[in-house]
Amino acid sequence: MTSTALRSRAWKLLEMVTTPLLPSDYLDLVSPLRAGADLRGRIEAVHPETGDAATIVIRPGRGWRGHTAGQYVRIGVDVDGVRLWRAYSLTSPTNRQDGRVTITVKAIPDGKVSNHLVRRAKPGTLIHLDHPTGDFVLPKTKPAKVLYLTAGSGITPVMGMLRDTEFDDVVMVHCAPQPHDVIFRKELHDLVADKKLQLTEVHTDTDGILDIARLDELVPDWAERETWACGPAGLLDAAEKHWSEHGVPERLHIERFRPSIVVTGDGGEVTFSTTGKTVDADGATPLLDVGEGAGVLMPSGCRMGICFGCVTPLKAGAVRDLRTGEITEAEPGVLIQTCVSAAAGPCDIER
Amino acid sequence: MTAIDPTAHLTAEQIEELGRELDAIRDEVIADRGEKDAAYIRKVISAQRTLELVSRGVLLFSIFPPAWVLGTAGLSVAKIMDNMEIGHNILHGQWDWMRDPKIHSTTWEWDHVSPADQWKHSHNELHHTYTNVIGKDNDLGYGIMRVDEDQKWHPFHLGQPLWNFLNACFFEYGIAAYDLELGKNLNKRRRKNPEFRARAKAVGRKIRKQVLKDYVIHPLLSGPSFLPTLAATFTANLVRNVWSHSVIMCGHFPEGVQVFERRSIKGETRGQWYLRQMMGSANISGSKAMHFMTGNLSHQIEHHLFPDLPSNRYAEVAVKVRALFEKYELDYVTGPLPKQVFSAWHRVVRLSLPNKPSKPNEKPTVPALEREPELVAV
Ligand code: FES
Repeated sequence: MTSTALRSRAWKLLEMVTTPLLPSDYLDLVSPLRAGADLRGRIEAVHPETGDAATIVIRPGRGWRGHTAGQYVRIGVDVDGVRLWRAYSLTSPTNRQDGRVTITVKAIPDGKVSNHLVRRAKPGTLIHLDHPTGDFVLPKTKPAKVLYLTAGSGITPVMGMLRDTEFDDVVMVHCAPQPHDVIFRKELHDLVADKKLQLTEVHTDTDGILDIARLDELVPDWAERETWACGPAGLLDAAEKHWSEHGVPERLHIERFRPSIVVTGDGGEVTFSTTGKTVDADGATPLLDVGEGAGVLMPSGCRMGICFGCVTPLKAGAVRDLRTGEITEAEPGVLIQTCVSAAAGPCDIER
Repeated sequence: MTAIDPTAHLTAEQIEELGRELDAIRDEVIADRGEKDAAYIRKVISAQRTLELVSRGVLLFSIFPPAWVLGTAGLSVAKIMDNMEIGHNILHGQWDWMRDPKIHSTTWEWDHVSPADQWKHSHNELHHTYTNVIGKDNDLGYGIMRVDEDQKWHPFHLGQPLWNFLNACFFEYGIAAYDLELGKNLNKRRRKNPEFRARAKAVGRKIRKQVLKDYVIHPLLSGPSFLPTLAATFTANLVRNVWSHSVIMCGHFPEGVQVFERRSIKGETRGQWYLRQMMGSANISGSKAMHFMTGNLSHQIEHHLFPDLPSNRYAEVAVKVRALFEKYELDYVTGPLPKQVFSAWHRVVRLSLPNKPSKPNEKPTVPALEREPELVAV
């Protein structure tokens, strides 16, 4: 018998010993970060960055497969006893020697998870992790010239890139209300001092919101640069338009943090068939909220349409994508993102 | 059985007001539910797992009598914790708000031969909705006993003290059979129903696993302690069964608890539903440890009012609920465990015989809480 077959037999036997629990339920008591366990991490430190942002140092469990600079990770944190999942960009370089990773979180008003992480998270706390994902990443072959266009916490995935890969010619334009709101400001200025980065800070409280046309003056050769942009929807929409109008849309890579809601639908009766719950939903409330409001266990993550942590089969009916207004109709195998979909008539969500 | 409706003095308005006051109690707990409660259930779960692990470990040496005693005691307690404070309450969805898929009513499985999903249906759905309604809530005597004068007597009931005793010893199997509605489903036609067969198969699988674990694998692992370990697990199961049976009997069978007629729940309002739960349940008084070991089902009244509130909150809720009983001059049935167990058994024995002929000025069977739906419609 091969060793794998032997091991699976031994595991089967162990399952008979522990039924109705699983052996892992007992192993979790002593070693929650072991290889083979559900992916978890332990918060080891929390470093304040600005008045409302902090970097969380996490030791991931043994099953962690590593990440690519610019990717994000979904983390599940218990806030007031309730497990909430959100996605955050990884800000640590991929080759960090001690095996830790970091995320940098900005507390947003009324943000349950972000405020918890920035202000209340304690070293030693166990959190839940997913494998990192996302295609807001650098290409294999290094571009000669790079532009990073960021605003607010949009700097976090870019910081992961900056720390990971050095380019010969990097320009960054970053927007924040005031100088002290600039996350990683000291580190950025050190890079500038070392001639590794050219930085323009736009302080929107005094300078006003960045007018994309000003790029010509701030970064005259912007059109020749491979650009990564991350920030609020207004900035990204303007950038998309600007790059297209100048005929270089392929040079622009963007990461959206928040869906911009285009159309609201009519709503309808939503059935969560697995749980057997039926509720009325309007055409503007994401089905994720509808489900949670009805007490259905809904998977979730970023809650803004980027992580696909909330995908769920749509068994019947139709839903409308809150960002695009697009209608999706039920078909075998159709999955929808419940966080950015609302009922467009009666529908059946397999939960 | 009271011949007089103990809630007759309440007006329809008062009953609705009572409902609102109970809703307020519930909202308060929900608003305040949080980290501490989550920490509580996690602590109980890991304590249970540790205790079970250690006890099973000790039983490997159960050939030595002190190890047998210690291991058996530990395993009995661990099994009681699994079924009562942990399993019963998680399966009620009391901890679903934590959104932890591992401590969730949709994923939990317990150390019991009735599969969790079948039990949830017969218990959460049927028993808790139709509490003490004759003909609808089979928990009233589990369909094999007569526990109220209003139920028709049959010579079969003469044996019910014996059935009840056997049911106590093998309670988990009784529950499994009950969840399957064996009595009704074993007739020729229903037996073949594919849905019933699938459920029966699931029970069979669960029994196989449970029996294999308790009576084959663990004894085998104990080697020379095979027989003592076998005896220990049998004892632990017996202890757990008798204990949970006793606790559960105390919830609805003691004297003073009301039962209801089927037609009395037609058009029932929220307030009336609450009132029925209040009058149909009974508590057990005692120490914190006792409440814990009953899975807080000693607060049966509170549990029936708010089946999905976290069990660790019933004690504080009970103070407020009891004040409402006083305010509305209702009888809060409670007492120490021995007294309640005796009372429940007394009822079982008494009702194994036909009703005594009634006195001339007493109506024989006035259904408690009989209402005319059209009079209370809001
Ligand atoms: S929760 Fe991230 S895509 Fe829906």
